[in-house]
Amino acid sequence: MSVKVYVPRDSSALSLGAEGVARAIGAEAARRGDSVTIVRNGSRGMMWLEPLVEVETPSGRIGYGSIATADVASLFDAGFLEGKAHPKSIGKVDSHPYLARQERLCFARMGVIDPLSYDDYAALGGWRGLRNAIAMKRSDAVAAVTTSGLRGRGGAAFPTGIKWKTVLETAADQKYIVCNADEGDSGTFSDRMTMEGDPFVLIEGMAIAGVATGATKGYIYVRSEYPHAERGLLAAIAIANERGALGADVLGSGQRFDLEVRRGAGAYICGEETSLLESLEGKRGMVRYKPPVPAISGLFGKPTVVNNVITFASLPIIFDRGAEFYRDYGMGRSRGTLPIQLTGNIKHGGLVEKAFGIPLRELLYDYGGGSASGRPIRAVQVGGPLGAFLPESQFDTPLDYEAFASIGAMVGHGGIVVFDDTVDMAKMARYAMEFCAIESCGKCTPCRIGSTRGVETIDKIIAGRDVGADVAVLESLCDTMLHGSLCALGGMTPFPVLSALKHFPEDFGLDRDGLAVAA
Amino acid sequence: MDSESSRSVDDALTRLKSLPGGLLPILHAIQDELGYVPPDAVPTIAKALNLSRAEVHGVVSFYHHFRTEKPGRHVLEVCRAEACQSMGADKLAAQIRERLGVDFHETTADGNLTLQPVYCLGNCACAPSVMLDGEPHGRMTAERLEALIASVGASR
Ligand SMILES: Cc1cc2nc3c(=O)[nH]c(=O)nc-3n(C[C@H](O)[C@H](O)[C@H](O)COP(=O)(O)O)c2cc1C
Ligand code: SF4
Ligand code: FES
Ligand code: FES
Repeated sequence: MSVKVYVPRDSSALSLGAEGVARAIGAEAARRGDSVTIVRNGSRGMMWLEPLVEVETPSGRIGYGSIATADVASLFDAGFLEGKAHPKSIGKVDSHPYLARQERLCFARMGVIDPLSYDDYAALGGWRGLRNAIAMKRSDAVAAVTTSGLRGRGGAAFPTGIKWKTVLETAADQKYIVCNADEGDSGTFSDRMTMEGDPFVLIEGMAIAGVATGATKGYIYVRSEYPHAERGLLAAIAIANERGALGADVLGSGQRFDLEVRRGAGAYICGEETSLLESLEGKRGMVRYKPPVPAISGLFGKPTVVNNVITFASLPIIFDRGAEFYRDYGMGRSRGTLPIQLTGNIKHGGLVEKAFGIPLRELLYDYGGGSASGRPIRAVQVGGPLGAFLPESQFDTPLDYEAFASIGAMVGHGGIVVFDDTVDMAKMARYAMEFCAIESCGKCTPCRIGSTRGVETIDKIIAGRDVGADVAVLESLCDTMLHGSLCALGGMTPFPVLSALKHFPEDFGLDRDGLAVAA
Repeated sequence: MDSESSRSVDDALTRLKSLPGGLLPILHAIQDELGYVPPDAVPTIAKALNLSRAEVHGVVSFYHHFRTEKPGRHVLEVCRAEACQSMGADKLAAQIRERLGVDFHETTADGNLTLQPVYCLGNCACAPSVMLDGEPHGRMTAERLEALIASVGASR
């Protein structure tokens, strides 16, 4: 009988040589006359173990981590096709503490199945949510989203049900569902993993949105930096069309829902929803004034649901298991689970899906294992380039939208970037301003000009001639950007800058009280 | 434009000009084919879509991804964002520039490699990351980088 061997096709695994490993396993099996079926799964999210090769055995899937082509012959010699011992064996993958302690709702199938197997997806709970949504009255389906407590996972954490209700109740001849797959934040890849490793969950989530709001057309706006995700999506959409989950008659409901993939073009601002809509319309990604909100006048002026990949990917389980099931996870007003990404200078980087409420410290040390360099963790940035830098004293903050907001920080899309004690926080503050200057859409002055002035001012601070005066200039600039910007790019760039200044004044030539250190 | 370029542009326009909001897909199709969007193509595109040249030019120049100059035979994108910085991306970038003798946005003298900055490849748990001709490479070191550059032939 042929043995199933899993070698991930996730971009991170590919970036560490998975393609060569898959080929080497095929060649070695042929040479030895062993019969193997190689399945290209998504990643389990234990990125420090990629490429993670798994073998299906009667006692479950056995994993072998950090495999290089040079290891392949020794795997065969050791009898890995029967799951036997090898120095790189990690044992039963599902029992690995990194995975066993997670609460994988959205990522339930991630790394488990062949991403392009419609039947594997169906066998593990796929399409049940969409069937349930079809059987419901539209207003009930939208109400279920509200009951689930789901808030947008793209960053702003706006209640998804409220947005949908507006679209449902706005009369129009055409409505749209738009998926924001621009994932521009450094330290995030949960959208990418989903598109590459379980694309049907996104397709199902968008179809649920279509059915619930009466929209017949959806667009997925994927960033150009994700060619593998784009190809995976296109293949999955073709299959879903063929199998009747998309198209003129979604799962026999009599309702149409078509999906189209559009590629971004390397502009961070196009992750902002109105800029994204401009881009989809073929224009420069200039941010729009609101109102009107996209739910009333969005793509081509029509009522439009814009949601993040993970927001959509959370819907199938909500409609499968019920809104209450999902709502029972989490803390406070942050309901459900969040796929968290541990990145940067961290030993065990990867994807951890947990209910809201988990303290940052637990993620950094229990899951993450501390820094990759082995040096003390000095700062972490949560929520992308517009998120604050947190010092050690704030590591006990639970992952919760409100708890983070109360310390001037942001959960955002759940990306955590770790820095050890070699980091220069003045340089990071300068980078935050520089990034804003590079990516500004240019519509408003505080952002466009302020960020450039910000870079110059931080350069002066670093040069150290009149630190006290220059810090005052920087603070006032930040104040102008905070209050005078149209969107969060200009409006939130001050958060990383000011948090760096506040928590790490010594890097700016200031003492702990924020006073200039005499030269 | 040479005849091959004109053909690519015409082809993209024929296929995509009736797509709602189709300008980005058209520009992508052209760049996928030719490696860049030739400035001479702008009037043709503008005419086909009933836009002004300034509008088309404005779109091309707004997006970092679109190039208006022919790139080298290979394109190396180096991630400059925070997670990669935490793992030494700045030092790596300096090494690459030194090794290739070019700065970002430039092509090596032999026309082999164009160097570009990129702000996150979604490979942040395997930092620092680069992308060569659309394929990601993680946990880069000076040695791995040298091997990668060597894999596409001489570049200087
Ligand atoms: C500068 C900027 C960049 C953004 N980038 C993204 C992004 O890459 N992905 C995303 O889903 N949302 C991003 N957002 C948030 C979107 O504007 C919007 O809130 C989101 O797509 C709504 O979907 P959600 O409610 O499901 O989160 C960004 C916002 C701003 C201001
Ligand atoms: S804050 Fe910056 S990115 Fe946002 S609208 Fe203004 S100029 Fe554009
Ligand atoms: S601002 Fe146009 S390419 Fe950077
Ligand atoms: S920050 Fe470099 S890949 Fe994300």
